[in-house]
Amino acid sequence: MTGVTVAMDETRTVFEKGAPGRRAFTCPQLDVPQADGLLPEAFRRTEPARLPELTEPEIVRHYVNLSKRNFDLDSGFYPLGSCTMKHNPRLHERVAGLAGHARLHPLQAPERAQGALELMWNLERALGEVAGLPHVSLQPSAGSHGELAGVLLTRAYHEDRGEERHLVLTPDTAHGTNPATVTMAGYQVVKVATSPDGGVDVEDLRAKATEDVACLMLTNPNTLGVFDPNIEEIAEIVHGVGATLYYDGANLNAVMGQSRPGDMGFDIVHFNLHKSFTQPHGGGGPGSGPIAVSDRIQPYLTVPRIVRDGEGRFDLDYQAPKSIGRLRGFQGNYGTFVRSYAYIRSLGAEGLQDASETAVLNANYLLARLRQLGVADHLPLAFGEHCMHEFVLSGAPMKRELGIKTLDLAKRLLDHGFHPPTVYFPLLVDEALLVEPTETETKETLDAFAEALAAILREAAEDPEKARNAPYTTPVRRLDEAGAAKRPVIRQPL
Amino acid sequence: MSRYTSVTEQDLREMLDAIGVGSVQELFDAQIPAGVRLQRPLDLPAGLPEQDVYAHLRDLAARNVSAEDELTFLGAGMYDHYVPALIDMLTTRSEFLTPYTPYQPEISQGGLQVMFEYQTAISELTALPVSNASVYEGPSAVASAGYLAKLANGRPRIVVSRGVHPHSRETLRTYAHGFGAEVVEVGLRDGVTDPDAWAAAMGDDVSAVVFQQPNFLGAVEDAAALAAAAKPCGAVVVGQYDPIPLGILAPPGACGVDVAVGEGQSLGNRLDFGGPSFGFFAATEAHLRRMPGRIAGETKDVDGRRGFVLTLQTREQHIRREKATSNICTSQALNALAGVVYLTWLGKQGLVELGELLLQRTHYARQALTALDGVEALHEQPVVREFAVRLAAPVDRVIARCQEQGVNPGYALGRDLEEHEDGLLVAITEQRTRADIDRLASVLGAAVAAERVAVTA
Repeated sequence: MTGVTVAMDETRTVFEKGAPGRRAFTCPQLDVPQADGLLPEAFRRTEPARLPELTEPEIVRHYVNLSKRNFDLDSGFYPLGSCTMKHNPRLHERVAGLAGHARLHPLQAPERAQGALELMWNLERALGEVAGLPHVSLQPSAGSHGELAGVLLTRAYHEDRGEERHLVLTPDTAHGTNPATVTMAGYQVVKVATSPDGGVDVEDLRAKATEDVACLMLTNPNTLGVFDPNIEEIAEIVHGVGATLYYDGANLNAVMGQSRPGDMGFDIVHFNLHKSFTQPHGGGGPGSGPIAVSDRIQPYLTVPRIVRDGEGRFDLDYQAPKSIGRLRGFQGNYGTFVRSYAYIRSLGAEGLQDASETAVLNANYLLARLRQLGVADHLPLAFGEHCMHEFVLSGAPMKRELGIKTLDLAKRLLDHGFHPPTVYFPLLVDEALLVEPTETETKETLDAFAEALAAILREAAEDPEKARNAPYTTPVRRLDEAGAAKRPVIRQPL
Repeated sequence: MSRYTSVTEQDLREMLDAIGVGSVQELFDAQIPAGVRLQRPLDLPAGLPEQDVYAHLRDLAARNVSAEDELTFLGAGMYDHYVPALIDMLTTRSEFLTPYTPYQPEISQGGLQVMFEYQTAISELTALPVSNASVYEGPSAVASAGYLAKLANGRPRIVVSRGVHPHSRETLRTYAHGFGAEVVEVGLRDGVTDPDAWAAAMGDDVSAVVFQQPNFLGAVEDAAALAAAAKPCGAVVVGQYDPIPLGILAPPGACGVDVAVGEGQSLGNRLDFGGPSFGFFAATEAHLRRMPGRIAGETKDVDGRRGFVLTLQTREQHIRREKATSNICTSQALNALAGVVYLTWLGKQGLVELGELLLQRTHYARQALTALDGVEALHEQPVVREFAVRLAAPVDRVIARCQEQGVNPGYALGRDLEEHEDGLLVAITEQRTRADIDRLASVLGAAVAAERVAVTA
């Protein structure tokens, strides 16, 4: 019976635990004279919020046990394409936790927050150098927020020139955030086709690049792991019609110190500090999406801006008449800036360059191992011969020949102790698997992952049912996602 | 080999052989056009050993005056509440800190269940049936609520009270300029949203109305009346709420609010000079399929065991692309975890007790300060955790003088509101005792007196 109790306990929510009257919090004593009637009865809450009632030991045990039902990067390989699951150095948690950073109020007078402003100033300069674009706003809170900033900057740029444009181009390989952003910023999306080599179809782009186009949003290398061979021509076409070129920085980890978006002709770049610059993902955030822009976009950047006077004193400047304004409160996700700045100072110029080199080396080595092991016969590379820091395999032959889908392969990988790659993205590759090993994994790990894929394919050739019903060793097995969406239960009934 | 990479000379040889190239640079040369290769090293300082990076970051931290270094009454959107130790312990656990968004639910049940519990806690707090799993932070949550209203009714105008946090109003304007709505402001009277101007601003072209509870001046608004005034024209009623006073204040769901959003920092998140924290976003059932962001839902696995998944994903950017209800992808899961742990730590009674304590101490502080020469109440409305006063001396100079004594008396309202150049906004948390408040009164009184002498001299 003990086993049954434990099993039930695992999935009971915190609202199903504890008992009335239990507590963890001790409220400070009322140390001022009690006054009555401070709040009109009509404004008062009549029923308390039914929050849980637990002691500290119960809370700790509940959440520690929940944590054990998560897979995480510190425990194992996490080759989730376009997400750059590289090691999160522990130093960063320590320095971000220093009271001078962690307990600094965002409205502290700038003269009493000089360390924070200097850190942000330095981070802006460093990111600008990596991007090859000199002006940086750290304000956006995630990649998608940076995209919104970029498209709103584009709007401001054109409006300032008295132009009204309605269209934004995105390749069919784009992250979903790109088209979603375009709509939020009040534009219509026009899709650009992909050429057989995996880059932008230049003829299609030429046909669609009209004076009504405000911007082309591009990821380079793109979500196929392909660095666009025609990037210079693409920039020329886009600039030729007066549009801006936007760089989705999700894949920046491939090119740090090798090639810079600014030098490729991009006007606006966003960084994902939670990808290339080691901010831990936290199971879905916090992230951070700073942007870097060219001179012609600079007047429209967000406020406030960090400025430095002749004596090296830092301040926040709100005076920017052409600015798009604010995208959020205060100065951005400062805690993520501390971590990413620590990372940049740890690695320096050489280290960042080495990180990208090793990321590309690891990806190509893993691809080569998959070829050596015959995995690529069933899971061929979708485009090209080599790759940048990630690559896309097509599971279509595997599905046809072995009778298992990419989803089955992914679920079977869970039983081997690996997080699967990104699956079914990019959309234009049938049964896609997008694999990004990152630079912080060892050769042994890459070998083990390749072996696991090979073993799953061998097993599928014998008994495809095994993969079709996987996983077997996880806290729960395949979940009814369709049922969850059909009859949504999104809170604990109380 | 640099920090965190592991390729030895031997590894490198084996790896390059397997790939069939002579060097790593060959891989770049083969793929990146020569014209866009960077032909020089990045112009950045050389890398440093861990202990040197620590020392540098510690030195930068030491040049900030944090809530550890002074007695602070700063609030205005973020508050110096105590963060219990168990939150530090849980949020630094690898299993919560280092996973990605839970795309593989079988190995992400911990994070997904946390989201489900968080959604339940926010629904309870707001008395609204639908909550997402978090958005970035407060002001952008307000802007996202404006976008939800645009999707709901397509109308061209958003009415916002001037009692809404200036950062929220500015962010809403930034977003609305993109999605195509005009933002018009309604002013305050006696410290709260002017009810006549509010009523006059309504109309069938109004997409959303936005107020803040308590408002930026600390005053408790008549939320039910503001919502009721907007109902007849069919606008979406949006309230930006401070979550802490919801232990004692009527929740948005009981006041006719359709969408309640707010800054979650005060729920177990540190100040961090403004972030990361989280935004909460709750709504009535009618808006379920227009919600931005992730939502976790309960389901069963093939063996009939209870489990949790990301659900209603057809709203989201990775499925719906240009027709998505928002572009949000990564949000603030770890900060929302801190939020639900904090609410659990406070518990059902603790949230109420905390609210009552702040109500009493805030009243005490307001009395103590307005008893000083040269300090008077900016408004007489009920306040619960923050209040505004007028100073008969230049506010910035008074603040600087107080800070020299180790006391940060609050926020200079004139930095955002030109109509309140003489205003000071003072926030109270459970960390500020009666003795602290008495010290504030003494230091502020002396500072105001000194500055008045300076002005007349």
